[in-house]
Amino acid sequence: MPGETGKRNNNERLGEITRVNGPIVEARYMEHAGMLEVVEVGNLHLIGEVIRVRGNAVTIQVYENTSGVRPGEAVYCTTRPLSVRLGPGLLGTIYDGIQRPLDRIAAQSGAMIARGEKTDPLDTEKKWHFQPLATVGRQLQGGEPFGQVQETLSVMHKIMVPPGISGELLSIVAEGDYRGEETIAVLRDADGNERPLSMFQYWPVREPRPVRTRLQMAQPLLTGLRVIDTFFPIAKGGAAAIPGGFGTGKTMTQQALAKWSNAQIIVYIGCGERGNEMTEVLREFPELVDPRSGRSLMERTILIANTSNMPVAAREVSIYTGITLAEYYRDMGHDVAIMADSTSRWAEALRELSGRLEEMPADEGFPAYLPARLAGFYERAGRVETLQGNEGSVSIIGAVSPPGGYFSEPVTQHTSRFIRCFWALDRDLANARHYPAISWRNSYSEYLVEIAEWWKNHDHSWKNNRDVLMDILQEESSLQHIAKLVGPDALPDSQRLTLFTAEIIKNAFLQQNSFDEVDMYCSPEKQSWMMRLLVRFATQAQTIIQKGATLAEVHELPGLERLMRMKSEIKNDDTQAMAALEQQITTGLDGLERSIRA
Amino acid sequence: MKMAGLEYCGARNIDGPLVFVDGIRNVAYDELVEVTAPNGELRLGQVLDVTSTSAVVQVFGGTDSLSPAGTRTRFLGSSLRIPVSKDMLGRIFDGLGRPKDGLPQLLRAERRDVNGLPVNPYSREYPRDFIQTGISAIDLMNTLVRGQKLPIFSGNGLPHNRIAAQIARQAKLLNEDVEFAIVFAAMGVKHDVARFFIDSFEHSGVLNNVAMFLSLADDPSVERLITPRSALTLAEHLAFDEGMHVLVLITDMSNYCESLREIATARGEIPSRKGYPGYLYSDLASLYERAGRLRGGAGSITQMPILTMPSDDISHPVPDLTGYITEGQIVLERDMFQRGIYPPVAGLPSLSRLMKDGIGKGRTRDDHPHVASQLFAAYSKVKDVRALASVIGEEELSPVDKLYVEFGRAFEHRVVAQGEYEDRSIEQTLALGWEVLRILPRAELLRVSEEELKQYYDQSQSTTTVLKS
Ligand SMILES: Nc1ncnc2c1ncn2[C@@H]1O[C@H](COP(=O)(O)OP(=O)(O)OP(=O)(O)O)[C@@H](O)[C@H]1O
Ligand SMILES: [Mg+2]
Repeated sequence: MPGETGKRNNNERLGEITRVNGPIVEARYMEHAGMLEVVEVGNLHLIGEVIRVRGNAVTIQVYENTSGVRPGEAVYCTTRPLSVRLGPGLLGTIYDGIQRPLDRIAAQSGAMIARGEKTDPLDTEKKWHFQPLATVGRQLQGGEPFGQVQETLSVMHKIMVPPGISGELLSIVAEGDYRGEETIAVLRDADGNERPLSMFQYWPVREPRPVRTRLQMAQPLLTGLRVIDTFFPIAKGGAAAIPGGFGTGKTMTQQALAKWSNAQIIVYIGCGERGNEMTEVLREFPELVDPRSGRSLMERTILIANTSNMPVAAREVSIYTGITLAEYYRDMGHDVAIMADSTSRWAEALRELSGRLEEMPADEGFPAYLPARLAGFYERAGRVETLQGNEGSVSIIGAVSPPGGYFSEPVTQHTSRFIRCFWALDRDLANARHYPAISWRNSYSEYLVEIAEWWKNHDHSWKNNRDVLMDILQEESSLQHIAKLVGPDALPDSQRLTLFTAEIIKNAFLQQNSFDEVDMYCSPEKQSWMMRLLVRFATQAQTIIQKGATLAEVHELPGLERLMRMKSEIKNDDTQAMAALEQQITTGLDGLERSIRA
Repeated sequence: MKMAGLEYCGARNIDGPLVFVDGIRNVAYDELVEVTAPNGELRLGQVLDVTSTSAVVQVFGGTDSLSPAGTRTRFLGSSLRIPVSKDMLGRIFDGLGRPKDGLPQLLRAERRDVNGLPVNPYSREYPRDFIQTGISAIDLMNTLVRGQKLPIFSGNGLPHNRIAAQIARQAKLLNEDVEFAIVFAAMGVKHDVARFFIDSFEHSGVLNNVAMFLSLADDPSVERLITPRSALTLAEHLAFDEGMHVLVLITDMSNYCESLREIATARGEIPSRKGYPGYLYSDLASLYERAGRLRGGAGSITQMPILTMPSDDISHPVPDLTGYITEGQIVLERDMFQRGIYPPVAGLPSLSRLMKDGIGKGRTRDDHPHVASQLFAAYSKVKDVRALASVIGEEELSPVDKLYVEFGRAFEHRVVAQGEYEDRSIEQTLALGWEVLRILPRAELLRVSEEELKQYYDQSQSTTTVLKS
């Protein structure tokens, strides 16, 4: 039951293991167990979940390594579905796929994760400063806040009535410091039952948290990456996929988004990927400062690490754990962004489990329900009106790792049906060290219309400038086909200028090195300005060439080299330097134009 | 192997490397099994699937000459463990950690489960100490750091073994003299390959710091599945208990994957690409992730697996999934090899992901990241220009493009190419990098800063001394 701690009786032996096949365990005498119920398996009490019931026999997927488990050992029931524990203290923590806090696991069992470790996801001893927001006698609905806690300096944590519970507030504690599990309020529900509430609640991970309504997308999730923000923008509440072969930049892009996007909360899931990448986030984020709140990035981040060498079944559940935490913060009215790196590893976990269950495979061994599961996950993104009536959003950015880098495989294909923003990473760009290697030919964003609308109030020429730059890039693609046959020198100057400006757009605008101190993040204002400058250059230079100037003369324009370096030499807020460069470029262009006329 | 339990006579079926045993009781998943052949020969095996009364056993020694009636099995109570100790350095073992050099078994050593346990990501230390290999193509463009897993993607007939041996010989940390060890695992390679490595270690006088786990081409194929695990179990002990810096060389991962495929097929599993099992990624990760450093620990494991890409195809499942797990890859290129370039390290597909934190200010030199990035950018332009030249002819290229052609040639022959015993310092390597960049016009070099151009490009310091050394 959501919102309630399930009863657990470890002494009650319920079932008996009959088969162990890797992470899949079969057991009998389990007539009391229900589908998707959490069980503890064997003498080590390994955590598992019932995934198939046949009479009194069940099949369990086990979230820990089953080495050494024997048929005949016991299976214990917990009578609750696989749930996460929600409450203050989530932020800044690193969890494994089933929400075990890895820092405390390390304190208990050392550098290697021992099996059967159990610890509470949230610190039950820590006291939080609780401020009540409701008074006795008030009628409270599920999802409504009755208090709040300053969880980190940048995030206010609303303490909400768990969805599904409502009633009259019988009592509430005074402002003060309380432990998460303490009863701080009591409701009387419609049946007259008293429902004690604490700062902590449970929610089953496979069940989306309810909302009042879903809303249209309206605002961009600004990421600080120019190629995304201008060419293929994502909306707050949107869903995007980043497919790409190994080493093309999925993780780097997701980390950049986790660092610089204007979400209030970030949930970063390392799903079947490298341990060191999580370590890197852990080491780096506390030291990075959020450009908006001025606080450490770790204060708004939750990490979920189920690395490739950790048990495969827990990998399957890790993305549900992540999305549930995201929804919880959304319900408080925050904009949450969730990065899942990589959804392909999650799909492979499904495939492996499905294979062990001897299910009929569909495409490339993946189970037939793969698309349904993908849809279920991406559908949990969205901009919503929460139960308490304010606005919140969950944006999902999922990395996809197609075998061989070919997008024609099932995970990429099915994913693209359920997302609306597709950032295709290109092997050739990555090999040429053009980062982010997001292809401007194969990527798309269906949020462009909504986001162009938003920009109208901030930079009215945004859409136009974007389209001009995009057109130049498209034209360049087709010109390249000819240039590759005859050599660029055989083209007329006006076409060679297109090649030249496209080169500038690629180098000076699209490329963005994540290790560059300045350019790793580009503010929306600077992006607008850079676009304007490039469009100005491109259009006026074209006019001048039409009027008879030579390409060589354009090459000689003063300030061109500075234009090429503006992304890293001009700081995000250095409007003076921007104005100076703009001045230099326009003067140069005007001068050249006058000299032609003369 | 002292905890012997009941012995069972007979098997139901024998299929490939698998033995199906019925009528058993109280057997654990993953338990070690002693299989006795009708002729009395002892082999080890492992439980892959177990029910209340039956078990599937994978036999490391192969199932040759086993018969359903004459096979006996004894379940040993725990999973496969091998002894680990510093005394194993200088010794040669088989894939299961049994001495192969005629010297006695280590009796007092602690025994460890070969599967290890996953490292808690919270407990890792991010690797960032530059290892100078003395090979410019690596140090400059694809820097190796201590605790990294960086494979060599090679092809049949390419000099991957010589490169690996050169790295093992030359690898050192700047300004530091630390205890190091090499753990070498060979799966399914020929005797002469093993011999080559032994000789090479011997020549450079490090043989006493090397532990070898050999499961060669004529050894049973299933043993290869355990060989890297044995090697990594020892490596973990040396690194994390003894505080040593361990370089693990594993060759050839393609053979390992083939053995895995063999087992999967024998079990009738649904294959994914090219017949490899769907869990190949997870299985490889369970090896490759056993590298790195621990928070507060002194030692490290640097992994350098070697694999040969079937028909040089980098999208083949073995290199592909490896690339998805490791922290970069050194790709060898047949075309460069045919043109006589050693080491034939491909310029563009090679990558070191941990390079960014291992180089630059206070680690190698301030300009290093930018020089590397510039060289990559310029070299990628070279590839385009060469393609164009092959259509319109080199004569028809624009003057700048001609310079790129010249740059490409110089880069391959002066920076990438070097002797098998040539050990270049990072300064020498960087100087060579600048030297070839100077072929290009200043305006082309946008990835290096203005100051760096002033310091290294404008000043035309003579590098002949560098070249001679
Ligand atoms: N925006 C960027 N700026 C600078 N370097 C980048 C950028 N994106 C990618 N790179 C380079 O590419 C390398 C690989 O990127 P990344 O680790 O993100 O790849 P990936 O697609 O996640 O690969 P895998 O699927 O194997 O995890 C990085 O280590 C870095 O060197
Ligand atoms: Mg990645």
